[in-house]
Amino acid sequence: MTNPAYRRFHPRWHRARIPIFWWLRKLSYTRFIVRELTSVCVAYTAILLLVQVWMVDAGPDRFERFTAWLASPVVTGVHVVVLVGLLFHTLTWLHLAPRALILRVGRWRVPGAAVLAGHYAAWLAVSGGVLWIVLGR
Amino acid sequence: MDRARPVTVRRSREPALWLLFSAGGTLAALGLPAVVFVLWVGPAVGWVAVPPHGTLSALLGGAGVRLVLFVVIALALYHWAHRFRYTLYDGLQLYHLHQLIATLTYGVATLLTVASAMVLFL
Repeated sequence: MTNPAYRRFHPRWHRARIPIFWWLRKLSYTRFIVRELTSVCVAYTAILLLVQVWMVDAGPDRFERFTAWLASPVVTGVHVVVLVGLLFHTLTWLHLAPRALILRVGRWRVPGAAVLAGHYAAWLAVSGGVLWIVLGR
Repeated sequence: MDRARPVTVRRSREPALWLLFSAGGTLAALGLPAVVFVLWVGPAVGWVAVPPHGTLSALLGGAGVRLVLFVVIALALYHWAHRFRYTLYDGLQLYHLHQLIATLTYGVATLLTVASAMVLFL
């Protein structure tokens, strides 16, 4: 960032004013901002996961209170929204993968559909692993 | 000459921050929906059993699980920091506050990463 004082004799830039809610004008713009806002769901999940570890370490009593809080309708409603946001993040992220990741085997380029399928398989495997680790014992 | 310097500093940091964003985004995409379902939404609506304290406590007994959780939590936080920073620039047109926004977002991610290391390993 340049010091604003250096701009004293700079001619004024022409900039059209854009309203703050410019992204509500078109569905694709709204989808873009919603996709970016899924990062809030990601951060929330990371923080609550940490709180859950903390509560487990604090002993059964604190953990019971935390579990009761998790079961309340308002908190559950928030978590359903978080889950929907995370699923939107997953779908948009996986579908960008074939464009971000160019794989070559020798001179043959792995087609985008295969890259996408691989990512879906990884999602399935990791999700299955998480369910198994928590529920399967 | 003087004006060019801050620009090169900012550019040189960008790939590292993008790498954290990208790694966190991939881990979040693959793992977090299942975590939210199995720990919070599923038990609350009665689709899966509420994980008892003993199970989770035993799970956290191994250093491996804690290490994985630390990596996932830290990278998820940097993913948020990077993406939210650009959402503020683009969505709310706050380009003029870019220094402040970058300091706040990466600062919060760094503080919470330190906090998570303390909760998980101390």
